[in-house]
Amino acid sequence: MSSVIVQSGQEVLGVRSIAGPIMIVEGAANVSYDEVVEIRDAQGRMRLGRVLEVGEKVCVVQVFAGSTGLSIDGTSVRFLGDTLRIPVAEEMLGRVFGGLGNPVDGGPQPLTDTYADVNGAPINPTARVYPRDYIQTGISAIDGLNTLLRGQKLPIFSGAGMPHDQLAAQIVRQATLGAEVGKQGTQSEQFAVVFAAMGVKHDVADFFRRSFTESGALTRVAMFLNLADDPPVERLVTPRAALTLAEYLAYECQMHVLVILTDMTNYCEALRQISNIRGEVPSRKGYPGYLYSDLAAMYERTGRISTSEGSITQIPILTMPSDDITHPVPDLTGYITEGQITLGRDLDQKGIYPPIAVLPSLSRLMKDGIGKGRTREDHSHWGAQLYAAYAHMQDVRALASVIGEEELGEVDQKYLQFGRAFEREFVNQALTENRTIEQTLDIGWRLLSMLPKEELTRVTLDEIKRYHKGEDGSS
Amino acid sequence: MSEQVGIITWINGPVVRARGSRHVSMLELVEVGEERLVGEVIGLDGDIITAQVYEETSGMRTGAPIFGTGLPLSVELGPGLLKSIFDGVQRPLPLIEMQSGSFIGRGMRLDPLYRKDRWRFTPRCKEGDSVIGGQIFGVVMETETFEHHIMVPPDLSGTLTWVVEEGEYTIEEPIARLKVGKEEKELTMLQRWPVRRYRPYKSRLGSTTPLITGQRILDTFFPVAKGGAAGIPGPFGSGKTVTQHSIAKWADAEVIVYIGCGERGNEMTEVLQEFPHLVDPRSGRPLMERTVLIANTSNMPVAAREASIYTGITIAEYYRDMGYHVALMADSTSRWAEALREVSGRLEEMPVEEGYPAYLAGRLAEFYERAGYVETVNGDYGSVSIVGAVSPPGGDFSEPVTQHTKRFIRCFWALDKSLASARHFPAIHWLDSYSEYLEDVAGWWREKVGVDWLRMRNHAMEILSEEARLSQIVKLVGPDALPDEERLILETARLLREGFLQQNAMDTVDAYSSVEKQIKMLDLILHFHERALRVVKRRAPVSVIHNLPVVDTLIRMKSAVSNEEQEKLDEIRKQIDEQMSQLDSEYR
Repeated sequence: MSSVIVQSGQEVLGVRSIAGPIMIVEGAANVSYDEVVEIRDAQGRMRLGRVLEVGEKVCVVQVFAGSTGLSIDGTSVRFLGDTLRIPVAEEMLGRVFGGLGNPVDGGPQPLTDTYADVNGAPINPTARVYPRDYIQTGISAIDGLNTLLRGQKLPIFSGAGMPHDQLAAQIVRQATLGAEVGKQGTQSEQFAVVFAAMGVKHDVADFFRRSFTESGALTRVAMFLNLADDPPVERLVTPRAALTLAEYLAYECQMHVLVILTDMTNYCEALRQISNIRGEVPSRKGYPGYLYSDLAAMYERTGRISTSEGSITQIPILTMPSDDITHPVPDLTGYITEGQITLGRDLDQKGIYPPIAVLPSLSRLMKDGIGKGRTREDHSHWGAQLYAAYAHMQDVRALASVIGEEELGEVDQKYLQFGRAFEREFVNQALTENRTIEQTLDIGWRLLSMLPKEELTRVTLDEIKRYHKGEDGSS
Repeated sequence: MSEQVGIITWINGPVVRARGSRHVSMLELVEVGEERLVGEVIGLDGDIITAQVYEETSGMRTGAPIFGTGLPLSVELGPGLLKSIFDGVQRPLPLIEMQSGSFIGRGMRLDPLYRKDRWRFTPRCKEGDSVIGGQIFGVVMETETFEHHIMVPPDLSGTLTWVVEEGEYTIEEPIARLKVGKEEKELTMLQRWPVRRYRPYKSRLGSTTPLITGQRILDTFFPVAKGGAAGIPGPFGSGKTVTQHSIAKWADAEVIVYIGCGERGNEMTEVLQEFPHLVDPRSGRPLMERTVLIANTSNMPVAAREASIYTGITIAEYYRDMGYHVALMADSTSRWAEALREVSGRLEEMPVEEGYPAYLAGRLAEFYERAGYVETVNGDYGSVSIVGAVSPPGGDFSEPVTQHTKRFIRCFWALDKSLASARHFPAIHWLDSYSEYLEDVAGWWREKVGVDWLRMRNHAMEILSEEARLSQIVKLVGPDALPDEERLILETARLLREGFLQQNAMDTVDAYSSVEKQIKMLDLILHFHERALRVVKRRAPVSVIHNLPVVDTLIRMKSAVSNEEQEKLDEIRKQIDEQMSQLDSEYR
C-alpha cells in the first residue's frame, strides 16, 4: 500500500466495466469516498461522476449523465479530490439551473467565492428554533385543519392526474406570514422560492414558470430542473443542490425560503435504479434499505436555527403509485415529514378543488402555531370538532349507502348534510380565492351549526355560546 | 492513547475496511482516517479489520490510517448526566454547537461530562470499610432534589484505604482509594462502562407495581409494570411520539432517558424547549432535571443511530443501580433496526426477511431484556422500564420488527390509523392492544385505591368488545334494528370512548389523570350503565337516556374536573342517580 499523499487531479485511462450509469475504475490510488470525477469519452466529451465505493486500487463511479458513448479503453477518468460543491449566491434567484446546479438559462456562472457541499451537514437539534409562526396560505383545508408553519416540512401526497401542481403554485402565490384574527400581518420580510424538478415533464416546469411569472415572483425564484428526458442519475443531486442554495439563502442571507421538490417518487426511482445495478440487497419493492436515511438527509434540511432570522419551509410533492399511501415512498416520507397534505381521488372526481382529503391529512406542528395570540383561541377545539364530525359523517355515509338515506335517524341525516356542505363550501374554493383565517373559522362554525349542540362535544360550552350560529341546531 | 493499527483499503458509506494489526479486538473503539472519526470494530478476518464509523465518511480516502484505542465503546457515567442532551455516541450537543455552530461538524472529540463543574461529595463509607462492586460509598446532589449515588465500579471490590472529606470536587479528582488484592486503585466520580454489556445486579424480581403514566388508556386498561417492557407500534401520524412525550412527562419514574433514534430534529428541539418549563408534579422541579436526552436524528450518521440505543440503556441501568426507577423511551426502534440493516447490507451479509439480518431478533431481545425490576448490590430496589416505539412500514404489523418485538415485550399498545384520522387520541386501539401485567399489578390497585380495579376494567372491556360486534350489525342494518338493551351498550361504549379513553395531551387539565381520578371516572360510567340498564329494562327507549343532561357532563368531566377537585365527580354521581330515579318513576 502506498502512503503517497493524493495529488488531486490524478487521471486514469481505461475502465474495467460499465453497467448502466455505473463504472468500475481500476488503477487509481488513494481515492476518497464521495469524490467527484470528470470523465472524458473517446470523442473528448466531458461529463461528471461521483465515487460510490472505494477499494484498493478499484472504485465504483456513478456517471451523472449516463454511460452512453463511454467505452472500456477510450474513457479517461480524472479524480478531482473533493466532494460535489455548487456555487451559492443571492444573485442565483431569478435564474434557471440544470440538475447538477449548472446554469441552463444562457446566463453566466454565478459570480461568487462561496461554494457549498451539496450533501450539507445535519443541523444540531440544540441549534434549532422550534417553528411557531404560521403561514397563511388562504386555503381553508390547510390553514384551518392542517396549518403550515415556517420551518415545517409538509409534503403533498398526490396521484397522477390530480391538481397538486396547481395547489403548490397557489400556496406559493398566496403564502404570507399569518397574523392573529383582528391584527394586521406584516409583508415586508424577504422571501425566496427554490424550486427543484426531478423527472417531471416540460409542461410541469413550464406551468410553474408561468405561474411564478404571473404572480410577479420570478425574480425571487431559483429553479433547478432535471426534466423527464434528462439523465435519471442527475436526479440524485438536484434536490440536494436546491437545498444547498436554500440553506445559504435562509441561514446566511436571512431569507424565508419556501422549497418545492417535485416529484420525489421519480427521485426514489433513480435511487432504486442505482442500488439495483450495484447489486445491493433490496428491502421493500426493490428500494434500498437506506431509502429512509437518504430521504431524511434531504427532508431534515428544513427549519430555523438560532443564529439566523431566516427559515426553510419544504413542500415536497410526490405522486403515490396507484394512489397507494402504503407504498414505500409516501410511507417513508410520512415517517420523516411533519405531516402530510393528502389529495383524494374521490373529491377530485366530484370536482372539488383543492381535493384535500381531510382525514388522512395532518400537520404535526399545527398545535404550536394556532390558538390565542396566533390565530384565535377556539381554533384547536374547532378543528378537532370538524375532524370528529367529518369522520362520523363517513360512517353515516357508508351506512346510508346500505340502508338508504331515508332510513337514517334525524341526527345522522344532519350529519350527511353537514358532510356535503363541508366538502362543497369548506374544502372547495377557487384557484384564486384567498381566504383569511377568520373567514375559514367562520365557514367552519357555520357548518358546525348545522349539527345539534349536544353533538359538539369537542368544543367547550363557552365556545358554542360565542360562535355557534343560529338558535339551536337540535329539534 | 491510540496507536495506528492499519491502513484503510475499502470504504462504503459508514462501513470501512482496513488492513493491519491482528491485535485489534471485536467492538474495540477505533479512530478512522486523518480526521480521526469515531468508529467501532464489527468484524475481523485475518489482518482485515471491518469497522462502522459513527460519522459521515464523505471525503475519506483509502490509504488513510486507522487507530486503535484498546477500549470498547463506552459511556461516561457520573453527576452531570441529568439535564444533558447527547448524540448517539454520547457527545454533548450543546458543546458541539459552541464549537462548530448550528451544523454538526466532523471529527469532534468532546468529553461527554463537563470536567470543570465541582460537585459537593458526601462520603458514606470510611477508610477501612470493605466494599463490593456497585456499593454506594458517597452521594452528590445532582440537582436540588436529586441525590446521585456514587458507587464502586461494578467489577471492583476490596477495602477502602482512603476516602476524601466532604467537600466540592470535580468528577476527575480522586475521592477514594480502593485496595483490590495487592493493587490500589483510585476512584473518581467519573466512571466508564462499555455500552454493549449490561450492568450487574444482585437479583431480578418480578414487578407488582405499575408504572403510572397519567394516561387513562394505559394505566387503567393496559398497564405496564415498573421494570417491564412495552411496545407502541403505529403507522405515521398515529401519535407514537406524542404518546412517548406524554409518558416522558408524566410517568412516575425518578429518571427519564429519552432516545430520539432516527427521528425528527424538531421533535428533540420541542422536548428541549418544553421540558425545562414543565414542572414535575412529584418533586416540584422542572421536568428537565430528571431527564437525559439522546438525540440521533434521522439525518445524523446511521451507525451512531445503532449505538444510541445502547448509550441510553446503559445510562438508565446506571441510575437503576443507585436504587431509582427509570423509564426509557426509545423512539423509534424501527429506525435502529434499519441502521442494523443498512450496515449489514454494506457488509453484504445474507439477509432474511425484508433485507433485515438474521440477528435482528437476537439484538431486539438483548435490548428489551435489559429492562427489569432488580435488587441492587446495595439491597435497594431499582428498575428500568422500556417503552419502545415501532414504525411498521405501511402500518402493517406483520413486518419483522413488530413481530420480533412482540416476542420480547409484555405490553402492546397498538396505534390505529382510523382512530387517528378521526382525531381520537391517544389512538391506541383497545381491541388490538394487550397487557400481560394485569394480574401482576391488580394487588397494587387494591392497596392503593381500594377497589377491584381489574373487575371494573374487564367489565368496561367487555362493553367495548360487545360494541365492536354490534357495530358490525349496525353497519348492515342500521342502529334501529337493535333491541334497546344492545343500543344501550353502544351508548355506554360511546361514553367510554369519548369520556374516558380519549385524552387531550394539549389540555392542561386533561393531560394528566391521577389514578384516583381515573378509577372514579370509570366507576361513574359503569354506574351510569348499570342504572340505565335498569331503566331500559322497564321499556324506556334509549333515546331518553341519550338525551339526559348528565351524558354531556360525563363526556366533559375529563377536562372539567381537575385532579385536585374530585369531589365534583361525587357530584356527578348524584346527578346520575337523580336523573335515573326520575326515569325510574316515569317508567314503572
